[in-house]
Amino acid sequence: MMTPTPNTTSKTTPNTTPNTTANLNPGPSAAPPLSVRDVTVAYQRRPVLWDVDYDAPSSSTGKGSLVAIVGPNGAGKSTLIKACLGLVPLATGRVEFFGRPLKAARRLIGYVPQRESVDWEFPVSAADVVAMGRYGRLGWFTPVGRADKLAALACLEKVGIADLADRQIGQLSGGQQQRVFIARALAQEARLYFMDEPFAGVDAATEATIVAVLRSLADAGVTVMCVHHDLQSVPRWFDHVVLLNTRVIAAGPVAQVFTPENLHLTYGPRLTLLEQAGSALAGVEGAGVSVGLRSAPAPTTGHPTRSGEPTRTREPTP
Amino acid sequence: MTLQQSAAQLLDVWLLRGGHTATAVSLGSALLGASAGAIGAFALLRRRALIADAIAHATLPGVAAAFIVAAWLGADGRSLPVLLTGALIAGVLGGITVQALSRVRLLSEDGAMASVLAVFFGAGVVLMSVVQTLPGGGQAGLKNFIFGQAAAISTGEVMLAGACAITVLLGIALLFKELGLVCFDPGFARAAGRPALLADGAIVAMLLLVSVVGLQMVGLVMIVALQIIPAAAARFWTDRLWLTVVISAVIGAASCYVGAGISAVLPRTPTGATIVLCAGAVLALSLLAAPRYGVLAMGVRRALWGLRVARSHALRRVAECAEGLGADAQSPEAFAAAGLTRPHRLVLRLFGDIRLTPSALPVLRRVAARRALALTRAHRWWEQYLVSHARHDPAHADLIADVLEHADNEEFMEQLQAELGLQGAGPMPASPHPLGVVAPKFNAVAEAARADRT
Repeated sequence: MMTPTPNTTSKTTPNTTPNTTANLNPGPSAAPPLSVRDVTVAYQRRPVLWDVDYDAPSSSTGKGSLVAIVGPNGAGKSTLIKACLGLVPLATGRVEFFGRPLKAARRLIGYVPQRESVDWEFPVSAADVVAMGRYGRLGWFTPVGRADKLAALACLEKVGIADLADRQIGQLSGGQQQRVFIARALAQEARLYFMDEPFAGVDAATEATIVAVLRSLADAGVTVMCVHHDLQSVPRWFDHVVLLNTRVIAAGPVAQVFTPENLHLTYGPRLTLLEQAGSALAGVEGAGVSVGLRSAPAPTTGHPTRSGEPTRTREPTP
Repeated sequence: MTLQQSAAQLLDVWLLRGGHTATAVSLGSALLGASAGAIGAFALLRRRALIADAIAHATLPGVAAAFIVAAWLGADGRSLPVLLTGALIAGVLGGITVQALSRVRLLSEDGAMASVLAVFFGAGVVLMSVVQTLPGGGQAGLKNFIFGQAAAISTGEVMLAGACAITVLLGIALLFKELGLVCFDPGFARAAGRPALLADGAIVAMLLLVSVVGLQMVGLVMIVALQIIPAAAARFWTDRLWLTVVISAVIGAASCYVGAGISAVLPRTPTGATIVLCAGAVLALSLLAAPRYGVLAMGVRRALWGLRVARSHALRRVAECAEGLGADAQSPEAFAAAGLTRPHRLVLRLFGDIRLTPSALPVLRRVAARRALALTRAHRWWEQYLVSHARHDPAHADLIADVLEHADNEEFMEQLQAELGLQGAGPMPASPHPLGVVAPKFNAVAEAARADRT
């Protein structure tokens, strides 16, 4: 990983036309789409992400990349995304997008949350949900207009379910619901996307559609960061990969980084001492004691030490 | 007062002929009901029903404390602005306490809300007993704040309720899309830089406003019902957010209008209770009779599906028996061999699939026979597909095909045909398992059939 060019601001591009939209255009700046510096995230003082540094591959050549974020359960994949988006507070560190802080880059960023995160019985149609992606360009009090509805329809068309636009979302299949979420993200017209497991539990046809949509985004210079579970499909679908297990084990082009050794480091032996120290920070009972006992052979009688397992944490209520 | 007089009086109130005050109360409460129903729709969808209840209960100590403080300062504690200000402050405090408590690690949000609700209400009841000992406290009518008494309301207070209702309705109209977004997907709202906090705050603030203004009319115990029940009823009638809000507002307004009228005619009935009962009746009606999600509609749909399945199975049975006998599907022998049970025959009669031959033998009509053959073909194709593509054995394939064949869809049949590599419909495929057809036991059938033919 190369060190990032220090904090290039949006003013570094003199050739962008000085109008109001220039402010929203990332332009051919050297700043990476996403730059994560020293980010630590903690729930109840217990760190779930340790000092993460990451730079998404530059899209200044006009070509974006598809980046998979992989790692075992509890590795902090979703947390990393949420931390970038400002949905969970950072304990330390900072995140920049195209060289700008989050506030100045909101409209360049799109988001696909996990499908389970919403109530699908909610009284809205597929088109209504997709139109939510357009709210970013509307004022607080401006209602959704005709142009927005047409744009929403066009996005549904791109994911192949324009015929279901008027369906209540609970009457869609899981794959169709995921397509609605992807369409809503497309309606955001962002330059950088965060997607939380877009392939989880979808049918083969939806999978193919989403892959095609992501590929066309990358071809248009858009960067997509995907939390991903299926290791097998990583080389086929993604250009870059981030191997994460509470810290970044390795990151880079799939061909170089997605190696058995790195996967072993990510999924293999747990760094129990780190986990225990984390638990101790959270004041979990007994964890502090067992840190010292860790080098001793595992006890054959009595309670198995549970300290090696990650303690259950309470997700902060949204 | 006789029943007839009461009814006439009630009609007068409902038709706004009950005098100036009664008219004002009817209209004011309807406006309040509309705003409660409208904001309640968002509260329900945001799962804020309990917090609305907690806030409403939290207003009681505020009302009592305001009276005590005013009396202590030598002012008139009965003045409504004073009491409602107290209610507002206490409601805000209650809401803040809930927020603070739900951050405590060992307390869940509902635990926090239930605790706050009970403690604040308890404090209110204790303070009320203090109020009783103060001069003028007994006649202050503070008890009306608990269960509501529309009759005690002055025109000025009705105007206040109306103003508040219009504020809430305007607020909803202005912020409609942000309120909807934060209710549906708060995470996305925040990630997209939408004013999620403001929208959430607006929902709670409007709930509080409606609660405080509705205190006298509906009472703090039941105001939450006025916010939540109309919304719950509205969910049964539509899949559109804006319609949910509108229907909820209409149900809220109607319940208040009708309920306040009843309470005005029968002065001893607490207004809150009559209003809530009206709303409850609408919910019950919606639950039962709504066209799509109502219990009745769902029952009817399930029954119709059952009939359709029974009919298909009966028709296919006849076709398969005809095949086993080498007879025509319309022949009386085939029908007799099928040995259909009485309910099955009834179902076929119901759908008009059966006619009688001159010697009164039941046979399938031509259309029904064609349908029976089509069903048999669908069943066999599914069986073939299950055996060849999904590697099921024929017995299981038969059972699964029994279910699949009801996916009555031309597209499926075309795809099946393509998957099985069939050209055109072709002859009827053979069954992969024995059909269990027995020749008709009664020669009488065969004889009568022969007689018909000649």
